[in-house]
Amino acid sequence: MKSFLLILAVSLSVAVHAQSDKYAAAMQKNIALLDSAKSTADLEAVSNAFTRVGDAEKTQWLPYYYAALAQTRIGWTDNKVDKDQLAEKIKALVAKAEAIEKNAELCTISNMAATQQMLVDPQSRWQTYGMEASAALEAGMKLDPNNPRLYYLQGMSVFGTPEQFGGGKDRAKPIFQKAVDLYKTFQVKPLYPNWGQKEAADMLAKCQ
Amino acid sequence: MIKLFSFLVGLLPVMAVFSQVTVSGRVRDNHNRAVAGASITLKETYDGATADSLGRFSFHTTEKGTQTLLVSSVGYNSVEQKIELGHQSVSVDIVLKEQLNELKAVTITAGSFSAGDSKRGAVLSSLDVATTAGSNADITAALKTLPGAQQVGEQEGLFVRGGAGYEAKQYIDGTLVNNPYNASVPDIASRGRFSPFLFKGTVFSTGGYSALYGQALSSVVLLESIDLPEKSELDATLSPLVVGLGTQQLAKDKKSSWGITYNYTNVGLYFKVVKQTPDYFNIPQFHSGDANFRIRTKNGGMIKYYSTFGYSQLGLRRPDVDSLNLKDAFGLNNHNWYNNLSWREYLNNGWKMNLGASYSTNKDNILQQVQNAFNRPQAYPDSIFWMQAKNFTLLNRQDLSQLKAVFEKKIGGISYLRFGGEYWNAYNKAVYNDSTHQFTDNYSSLFAESDIFITNELAAKIGLRFENSSILARSDIAPRISLAYKTGKDAQVSAAYGIFYQKPENTQLFYTTNLGFTKATHYIINYQKMTRDRIFRVEAYYKKYEDLIKTVPVSYTYSLYNNTGSGYAQGFEVFWRDKRSFRDFDYWISYSYLDTKRNYLNYTTQLMPTFAARHTASLVMKRFFTKIKTGFNLTYSYATGRPYYDFILDSTAKFAVRDHGTTRDFNSLGFSMEYVPSIGKPKARTFIVLFASVNNVLGYDAVYGYNYSYSGVNKVPVQPPARRFYFIGCFLSWGVDRTQDAINNNL
Repeated sequence: MKSFLLILAVSLSVAVHAQSDKYAAAMQKNIALLDSAKSTADLEAVSNAFTRVGDAEKTQWLPYYYAALAQTRIGWTDNKVDKDQLAEKIKALVAKAEAIEKNAELCTISNMAATQQMLVDPQSRWQTYGMEASAALEAGMKLDPNNPRLYYLQGMSVFGTPEQFGGGKDRAKPIFQKAVDLYKTFQVKPLYPNWGQKEAADMLAKCQ
Repeated sequence: MIKLFSFLVGLLPVMAVFSQVTVSGRVRDNHNRAVAGASITLKETYDGATADSLGRFSFHTTEKGTQTLLVSSVGYNSVEQKIELGHQSVSVDIVLKEQLNELKAVTITAGSFSAGDSKRGAVLSSLDVATTAGSNADITAALKTLPGAQQVGEQEGLFVRGGAGYEAKQYIDGTLVNNPYNASVPDIASRGRFSPFLFKGTVFSTGGYSALYGQALSSVVLLESIDLPEKSELDATLSPLVVGLGTQQLAKDKKSSWGITYNYTNVGLYFKVVKQTPDYFNIPQFHSGDANFRIRTKNGGMIKYYSTFGYSQLGLRRPDVDSLNLKDAFGLNNHNWYNNLSWREYLNNGWKMNLGASYSTNKDNILQQVQNAFNRPQAYPDSIFWMQAKNFTLLNRQDLSQLKAVFEKKIGGISYLRFGGEYWNAYNKAVYNDSTHQFTDNYSSLFAESDIFITNELAAKIGLRFENSSILARSDIAPRISLAYKTGKDAQVSAAYGIFYQKPENTQLFYTTNLGFTKATHYIINYQKMTRDRIFRVEAYYKKYEDLIKTVPVSYTYSLYNNTGSGYAQGFEVFWRDKRSFRDFDYWISYSYLDTKRNYLNYTTQLMPTFAARHTASLVMKRFFTKIKTGFNLTYSYATGRPYYDFILDSTAKFAVRDHGTTRDFNSLGFSMEYVPSIGKPKARTFIVLFASVNNVLGYDAVYGYNYSYSGVNKVPVQPPARRFYFIGCFLSWGVDRTQDAINNNL
């Protein structure tokens, strides 16, 4: 009897562990797939895979975050994609994630979605989507003033704005510098976002 | 025991591999096309796949028993399907049904140009209206660069597809505007009363429009006022011609706002520098003030009130056509007060309500006199009636009160049913010398209309309008039908048919009320291909006029009217706008071909009317140089000559044509530029725009028609008061940015 109880206890704890291991394993596998994705189809597939994990888990915001991040990569790389439709998809994923937890990492996604919409026609969309993008960053900085990705994205936005409109290299440089400094001290937790450090350093070099 | 346990544990993965099954299949839509990128999920598990470019998918799962497969893709209704998982591979074919989507669905474009910032399928934005060279921020002038409108320069109004100016009406937030233009002066076009910046959307319909609107035979311009301003601001206008000051105040919670504006225009200084042909003895002056409030209701509805008051005065002398040394003096003052109250509300169960009320009153006080070389009035006996008729005083008053209610209900998918009614009470009075003419008309209408989307590709709008006018003691029923079919991505064909009625003009009803509605029937077919930065459209139409008003002369100075006139108009139009081919350069080209004849008023038979040109074309170009923060705009308009006639009463008291001809072709090149130093400074508190423009840069000597002397010997061309028009001004606004508040509120 005793041994039966022991077996039961052991197998139960194995089952629980198996569950969280299964989550971690799936996330690790999908993060690897995201990092190696080459095409829109790859990114679409990995985004869907993350969404499935999110839908099954129900209490984890990271799967939705990565699903949305994969979609923003489509936005950066695929010129043929309708950016408004894409942004709608991204914002829906961010909304699902924010229903679980609101945080600065999700603000970076909102920023990128709006930026991609703005870039479709900067002259006429700057007023709406440009504002939306910078509002997302400001909201993120309130939630976590030390998130380096926010400053990296802010730097990118300033860098891409023409000098006569208050942008340019010189204005972007201190922002990239801040991002690079923050990356050095930023604690990366397992499975948590960990991108932008190299890009920020590269951009800083470009501003010299 | 331990042995057994480890054996069992060791066996588990083997069993797992052993019991994995493959789920595969294809995802297609209801047109049997592959849905690439569709997401396939085994519900509540991590397992699933993404459809490839042929719609195929395949994945492995260790799940067992009855499971639910969820298939979804953007733009389609998701599908759930139960599958039984055992030891064998499962193959499923999924058919996704396309969602009826307002963003993807076809829109009815026959006969209508929509302009606005929020509107999908907008052809022009409010800023486009302001920066169209030659328009000087006058909505009507900008609309004249679109196909369908004529280049008529001697009268205000839109002359659309062989229609006279009175056949085009303007509506603000659903209700008719009785006097959309500043008071009229013979042979000079006056500006519209409303600034384009009051409106977030403009629809210029050149025919076949909705059953919600009536009393316009040719065209309606539908203006939709902005809801809440983006921020509180103080605005000022500085120019040698006009000064203005205004403010818009947005409440902290962004739920309500109010605003007031005042403008004073005086062209005295300008007329000293730029010589005018007429002798202005009373320099034109305009005072205009407006006030508004707007409230957002709990359910997201809007209550809006807008009121504008205008006073203007002017007086000018021009040579008399019948004599070498006499002059005609014309003096005018005008009071106008316009009020519009509207309430848009979302009700339960998908109902939407639009209520509108408006009241306007307009008073013209006109004095016309024949004067001698010393500006002394000249009197004439009855026997010289053609001169006597040029001495008169006229007091004109038009009051219009309106109520309109429209209810809208979603009837499944994105289809809508709309119905409602309106009531107008119009009081019109004219005191001509000593005789007073007046009447009151109670006009009511009932209408119903349905937008039916059969698929994303096929839509229909079917409407019916019932109208009754008490002064005419007549009722009529006007059906309206339009269809749209999507022929490809971004491309579509639309067709429209409709019957339109309009009351005779006040000046006719003053003399006889024994008249019926005038009538026009429109047939329109349209093809449009529209991407985000390019629009191409062609439209062909046929319009039949019936029951137009004919003048029945009783004596040389007195006429009656009947409904025996008729006519037609047919033609085709081309529009092309391109913002992509050249960097930062935006241009559009309009071309209209018009074949029209009508027999109305004093016309002797079916004649091409004086406001119709066979060929009309416009080329509008805009380029903004971000480096110098300056934009340059050019508009070139061309129209072939228009006919002119000298109608007289012959000895049998019938109209006859004594002389006729065609004016020379019309050309005009307009130029404008704007300098916007604060552009691109998101935190700028002061926003400045410097604006300068010249109309008719090349100094083309335009002739719009001819005035004839009584004898017919003298013929004087109708020309603009000056060859060119210059404007220079500075617009300032100081804004209180509420972006920070918005961020705080959202956290």
